[in-house]
Amino acid sequence: MATAKGKGATEATPKKAARKVRILVGKPGLDGHDRGAKIIARALRDAGVEVIYTGLHQTPEMIVSAAAQEDVDGIGLSILSGAHNYLFPRIMQLLREKKMGDVVLFGGGIIPDDDIPKLMKKGVDRVFTPGTAIQEIVDYVNERIQPRK
Amino acid sequence: MYDRKKLAGIATHRKMWHDETLAPSLGKSPPRLERFSTVSDEEIDLLYTPDPLSNFEYEEDLGYPGQYPYTRGVQPTMYRGRLWTMRQFAGFGSAEDTNSRFKFLLEQGQTGLSTAFHFPTLMGYDSDSPRARGEVGMCGVAIDSLKDMEILFDGIPLDKVTTSMTINGPAAMVFAMYLAVAEKQGVPFHKVGGTIQNDILKEYIAQHSWIFPPEPSMRIITDILAYCADNVPRWNTISISGYHIREAGSTAVQELAFTIADGIAYVQAGIDAGIPVDKFAPRLSYFFNAHMDFFEEIAKYRAARRMWARIMRERFHAKDENSWKLRFHTQTAGCTLTAQQPINNVVRVALQALAGVLGGTQSLHTNSMDETLALPTEQAVTVALRTQQIIAEESGVANTIDPLGGSFFLEQLTNGMEEKAMEYIRKIDEMGGMVAAIKQGYPQREVADAAFHFQRLVDAGKKRIVGLNAYQSQEETPIPLLKIDDRVEKQQVARTREVRRKRDVRKARACLAALKEGSITPNVNLMPLLVDAAREYVTLGEMCDTLRETMGVYTDPAMF
Repeated sequence: MATAKGKGATEATPKKAARKVRILVGKPGLDGHDRGAKIIARALRDAGVEVIYTGLHQTPEMIVSAAAQEDVDGIGLSILSGAHNYLFPRIMQLLREKKMGDVVLFGGGIIPDDDIPKLMKKGVDRVFTPGTAIQEIVDYVNERIQPRK
Repeated sequence: MYDRKKLAGIATHRKMWHDETLAPSLGKSPPRLERFSTVSDEEIDLLYTPDPLSNFEYEEDLGYPGQYPYTRGVQPTMYRGRLWTMRQFAGFGSAEDTNSRFKFLLEQGQTGLSTAFHFPTLMGYDSDSPRARGEVGMCGVAIDSLKDMEILFDGIPLDKVTTSMTINGPAAMVFAMYLAVAEKQGVPFHKVGGTIQNDILKEYIAQHSWIFPPEPSMRIITDILAYCADNVPRWNTISISGYHIREAGSTAVQELAFTIADGIAYVQAGIDAGIPVDKFAPRLSYFFNAHMDFFEEIAKYRAARRMWARIMRERFHAKDENSWKLRFHTQTAGCTLTAQQPINNVVRVALQALAGVLGGTQSLHTNSMDETLALPTEQAVTVALRTQQIIAEESGVANTIDPLGGSFFLEQLTNGMEEKAMEYIRKIDEMGGMVAAIKQGYPQREVADAAFHFQRLVDAGKKRIVGLNAYQSQEETPIPLLKIDDRVEKQQVARTREVRRKRDVRKARACLAALKEGSITPNVNLMPLLVDAAREYVTLGEMCDTLRETMGVYTDPAMF
């Protein structure tokens, strides 16, 4: 697992100042297409977010356990394998079981429009479709995700 | 080849044209863009003239089709003799689903098969592994055992149709199952033709469906090279693939350089394993991407042929002309297709396919317009196949060999491509070869940087993509999508369990024990052991698990 701190993250910060937003970028399942995940991870890091990238071939259990260990505020998943209808809900379920239901789950990849409302109903906060500009995702993270207390 | 005096004259006239004719008009029609560049962001000049080609020699740099250095094509007749093989990549759901798609495509005039396996198979897991949950049959066909392979090729004679199989980590296992099917059909191994991708180095760089670490993976590959040289001489043992490197975001030069560098690593490994180069090199083939920048792509294929010929002859001292020839399959670039206004993808694919054909490809896959959203429907894949047939039968581009040869622009692009790719290859050699470079994360980083750079250009509007950041339209264009039935997973899990129940358990266990023993014994070729295991319905997951124990597993370095 690679952790990259956002700009200035290593500088001494006053005790009470809010910490940086921490996002886990994950590749669940067996598909190896990580171009999108890596681009998003870099863009978020450049935008000052603390990014934890899981690397490939993660099971839902591995992702949720990494999210717990790293105490993240949000999880962004990239799925191109068609397994999104299993993987997103399974990760949401594990988050709830671990009392981490307030971690914001979002994602993207090759996800047909018809499946998006179903995923959102299961607790996924936002699904980005192919062709989304990186800035749109960075803006979404900045606006939607706050450091958890 | 050019008269130096005349070239100097052309250079002078070009300067005059620039100052006297062009310059005054620039005020009236200034350039549309600040900088013109290829899709890989290589700068493109305003005009190409013969004068920069002062060292260009027809016989040495181009030659004739079917002759060294094969810039103009590997066959003396090229498409006048035989068209390229139309080989649509297909695979989804169960073996039955994919078998009927294969038959459908053959009926539509496709001339070769190409198999897409689902991710659990690509990673060496059976469909009933917990790792396979949610993935069975989704992105390819589920193949767990010989039983599935028999169904996949039911009614398809393996001595008549060649099959390409996109499989890397478990290439040896899937190939063993294919051979076992051929045997059941009564086809002797020496008549079996086809291709396994078997390009593990590209997996570490880009595609990421690996099982074992680099060294044991290279051993399996040299086992395949040796086994095929003796037993399956018509088999293409490695399809050295730039396709996925490009899809991961590389430039055209990186695709070319890293792919050829992978090829160099395989040839070196074969030689180091004691196989004479001319015994295995003629059966290595290549697989390239056909991206959006028309001329850059054509130049890439021409440069690739010339580079490989020179490397095989000068670096590896191959004597057989067939060792010098770079034969390649092309697939249009999946990553260029847009989810916005998806019907436009038909046009993109046509242009990319045309580049592949003008570049002299031996085999072609055209993507379907719906592939940014799902696996292709029958209707979409038919349009994709028809695109190839229209290029072949109607456009006239297949009537002469290398029709763009001699174009000032194209020849300079080709030369530039070769120079820049050779520079990368020198760097990789200095690092100690491709395996060492991969361990340092070098090609991975180069590709990730290029991907990020391109995305920034798109986001800034400096590279325009119709429907995406130009000519957007609010109107939705719904197109039908292929849905994979949820029942596939249940049925596949049940079938694999039944296979394990019904087989001769003692024989299956003995095969796995022999495989394990073989894997830790030097100089044992694993292929015959895998073919034995396939015959006894040992599953793919069982074979891979056994070797995971002795060879270890590779894990993602998770760099971004």
